[in-house]
Amino acid sequence: MKFSEEFEARFAEMVPHYPTKRSALVPTLLYAQDEVGFLSDEVIAELAGRLDLTELEVRNVISYYSMLTTKPRGKFNLQVCTNISCLVRGGEEILQHCAKKLGVGHKGTTPDGLFTLEEVECIGACSWAPAAQVNYDFHENLTTEKMDRVLDKCLAQAQEQLQRIKSVDSLADTLSQRSEG
Amino acid sequence: MADVTLTVDGKKVTAPAGTLLIEACKTVGIEVPSFCYYPNLSLQGACRMCLVKIEKMPKLQTACTTVISEGMIVTSDSEEIKQARKSMLEMLLGNHPLDCPVCDAGGECELQDMTFSYGAAESKFMEAKNHKDEQQWSPVVFFDRPRCILCYRCVRVCGEGMDVWALGVQNRGVSSIIAPNKEDHLECEECGMCIDICPVGALTSGAYRYKTRPWEMKHVGTICTHCGDGCKTTLGVRRADTGMEIVRGDNRDKSGTNGDFLCIKGRYAFDFANHEERLTQPLIRKEGKLTPATWEEAFQLIGKKFAEVRDRDGGSAIGVIGSTRTTNEESYLLSKFARMVLKTNNVDHHRTADFPAFAAALRGKADATASMADVFTAPAILLIGNDPTEQHPLLAWQIRNNVRLHRSRLYVINSQAIKLRRQATNFMQIPAGAEGKVAAFLAGDDAAADAIINSSSTKDQWNSLRDTLRGEQNLVIAFGSEILGSDLSSLVTFGSAIAGAKFVCLADYANSRGAADMGLYPDLLPGYHPISGSSEFHTEWGEIPQAAGLDLSGMVEAASTNKLKALYVVGSNPIGRLKIDSFAFSNSFVVVQDMFLTETAVVADVALPAANAYEKSGTFTNTCGDLQLVKKAGEVTGTKADFEMIVRIADAMGFDVRKLVPIGGGTHADMGQSRGAQSGEADRHAVWLEAHGLEPKLSPFDPMAILDEIQRLVPGYDVSRMNLLAGNSQHTSLAKAGPGVAHRPESISPANDTLFSSGTLGHYSRALKSVMESHEVKPAEVAAD
Repeated sequence: MKFSEEFEARFAEMVPHYPTKRSALVPTLLYAQDEVGFLSDEVIAELAGRLDLTELEVRNVISYYSMLTTKPRGKFNLQVCTNISCLVRGGEEILQHCAKKLGVGHKGTTPDGLFTLEEVECIGACSWAPAAQVNYDFHENLTTEKMDRVLDKCLAQAQEQLQRIKSVDSLADTLSQRSEG
Repeated sequence: MADVTLTVDGKKVTAPAGTLLIEACKTVGIEVPSFCYYPNLSLQGACRMCLVKIEKMPKLQTACTTVISEGMIVTSDSEEIKQARKSMLEMLLGNHPLDCPVCDAGGECELQDMTFSYGAAESKFMEAKNHKDEQQWSPVVFFDRPRCILCYRCVRVCGEGMDVWALGVQNRGVSSIIAPNKEDHLECEECGMCIDICPVGALTSGAYRYKTRPWEMKHVGTICTHCGDGCKTTLGVRRADTGMEIVRGDNRDKSGTNGDFLCIKGRYAFDFANHEERLTQPLIRKEGKLTPATWEEAFQLIGKKFAEVRDRDGGSAIGVIGSTRTTNEESYLLSKFARMVLKTNNVDHHRTADFPAFAAALRGKADATASMADVFTAPAILLIGNDPTEQHPLLAWQIRNNVRLHRSRLYVINSQAIKLRRQATNFMQIPAGAEGKVAAFLAGDDAAADAIINSSSTKDQWNSLRDTLRGEQNLVIAFGSEILGSDLSSLVTFGSAIAGAKFVCLADYANSRGAADMGLYPDLLPGYHPISGSSEFHTEWGEIPQAAGLDLSGMVEAASTNKLKALYVVGSNPIGRLKIDSFAFSNSFVVVQDMFLTETAVVADVALPAANAYEKSGTFTNTCGDLQLVKKAGEVTGTKADFEMIVRIADAMGFDVRKLVPIGGGTHADMGQSRGAQSGEADRHAVWLEAHGLEPKLSPFDPMAILDEIQRLVPGYDVSRMNLLAGNSQHTSLAKAGPGVAHRPESISPANDTLFSSGTLGHYSRALKSVMESHEVKPAEVAAD
């Protein structure tokens, strides 16, 4: 299985930092997940081989950590905290609001593959509760309106990207038409 | 290590520094309950059952992870502790189905015992219990998830103990589950250690599940009849229409050298005993067909024929093939019977190791053989040839755990990349068949180095390995059947220069060593005394033929030229196992004693239904030379022990059986009445004598009478009888054995059994067959066109 050069460089740098190879497993899994989007069977087999572990051991670790997943997720992984501080400051409402707006429940992914919603335990942002995380970005002191703006921004970002792809496509179309003509 | 003194419940406890508190408590008889703690496995601290109060520590502490220290004051039992344990049980029972009345573990379940002790029958939990249906993970392993209390013993014993790592823990917290390595099934060595070690009924065995309850069985600790390692297996037996049926094999009696260990064969492959193809009556060939007959008819016919051949053509026209799975007493008796009664030295068995050369090389060297227990404690081990993981599972377990727990240094020299290389300090791969050259090189023959070097090793590496080995002390040297004859003596020469070095010669069957020690050879008497020399046997046994007899291939040849008129096969299948032409003995009168109509038994003129090693008493000697007691567990009506059959044949030949079996010299006892209210008195008397460690020796079929003679005459077998009867293994020595004889290397043919095969016996074990089938790689489906 092929990873990016960046991944390979990080991996090669990281492994010798630990007394045993297996210790590098969790960070390696995170990097791999960031790159592939989720931890596929292929990724698991590859990393087990590299770190002298059984596939079962790799799966055990993945299943222990909620941030690691073996199933594909949406482009934006929306994690809403509902632990104590967030709960008393309206985290539950934020979650319900998102669920209604996106039309999916806990661990659900929207049909367009853009959003995955997740109810999570404390994300360490109690001072600015209620809080949510979109991929690696934190959004704090949330209200439903503020949450909407976050979601809209994500949507806009996605649309912009889509536009860019489309324009590249149309450019390609034009080019191909021209060459045919 | 220095001793540490502490106080537990007012009692002074002294134990070496570094001892765990839970173990220190055990030494003074204080039981601290625990689920996850298991001696010799890594510490887990998961179950919180072993909580104790230690003065000056703020909270209750886990006794299983606390190392004792000087002056510690510990309370192991108080209201606070009881309450803590009770709450833990309540949590463990939160999802537990409480289906004890149908659970296999009911009656011998640690969770059940604890619940009784701490009275956690009531629960404050109102939530519905999580249910999940039972899963079958392999032919022999079933998993019932709701019963699991997550002690992780199975995960640790599979990984650390077995080096298989087939079990893991998935998820976290309340949703944690034990998971097999292949999503919904296991790919492993099928040893069943996980089942035995499970404190509850979460892991159950395919062979035993839902068959009976623990209290309905009698549990007999006897020696496994499969490989040559001599594990103690506890057989659970129950009354059945056909006698006593063996329903379970496990490790309940942990007094054997194997301790916690058993492989698939010791645990599940007892089922050949219940196979429907068991012979249960004598068969005599009449008009070309094997026809049922009475015992009397069979013994008279055999007696008449054997006597006829002996008197007409001489004893040398009779061949005798002994067994590697019968007891020492039976092998000794057969050897004696052949020489004294049949007057023949044509005696052999399926040889799988060169014990005569081994005995010859070790002659006069005291303490030169290692016991199976030594393998677990030796500071260094050299293993040449063989693949113990497949062929000697206990030896592999001892080696692995010695490395893991005692940091023993393991040197492996093999032509294959065997699994034990993972524990090895140094693994050297050699070209196939070069094991003998390794022995020569180690013994100082530098010229042999060229034959053992390949792309993965250099001459310097070999030289440094040899120097390292020479610098070791108390090294255990174990070697497979690749090393024979003169190579074996070179290896002994090399090892003898190392202080305290001990040897293990690996043979393949349960009593291969016993068959060799008891003289099932054409040219050797028991104890490796050459037939042509002089020994106590020559004087005790009286007139015996002096010239060496024919070995197995010699007998086949003699049969082809019509010189072998009769053949007596006891518990062996030479035609099936040694590629002998099935028509080889068509002109001889063939008598076979076996459990089944094997490839050899089908060509017999008389086939006698034999009891197997689980159905009789006696002793076995394992491949290391450890003598152990074999106890009768099962019984199949209509079969007889080989011992009895040999004596009956001698009797039918008109021989005075008292000369064969020295009876009457032991305890005198009342034989009791044969009718009325006191009938069965003799039997009860025997039971009483046995219970008191005494031996009846009233009957010519009593193997203990022959054991007396073995202990008296066979060098090295003069071990403590009391220890033997108590169920301990007793190491025999070869120091005073006879000089032995050099044999052709071709006369030795290794069994090449794997973890899942066991010679002819394996063909009749459903458990082994089903596992083999499930491990077969199924060919990919191909389109019909």
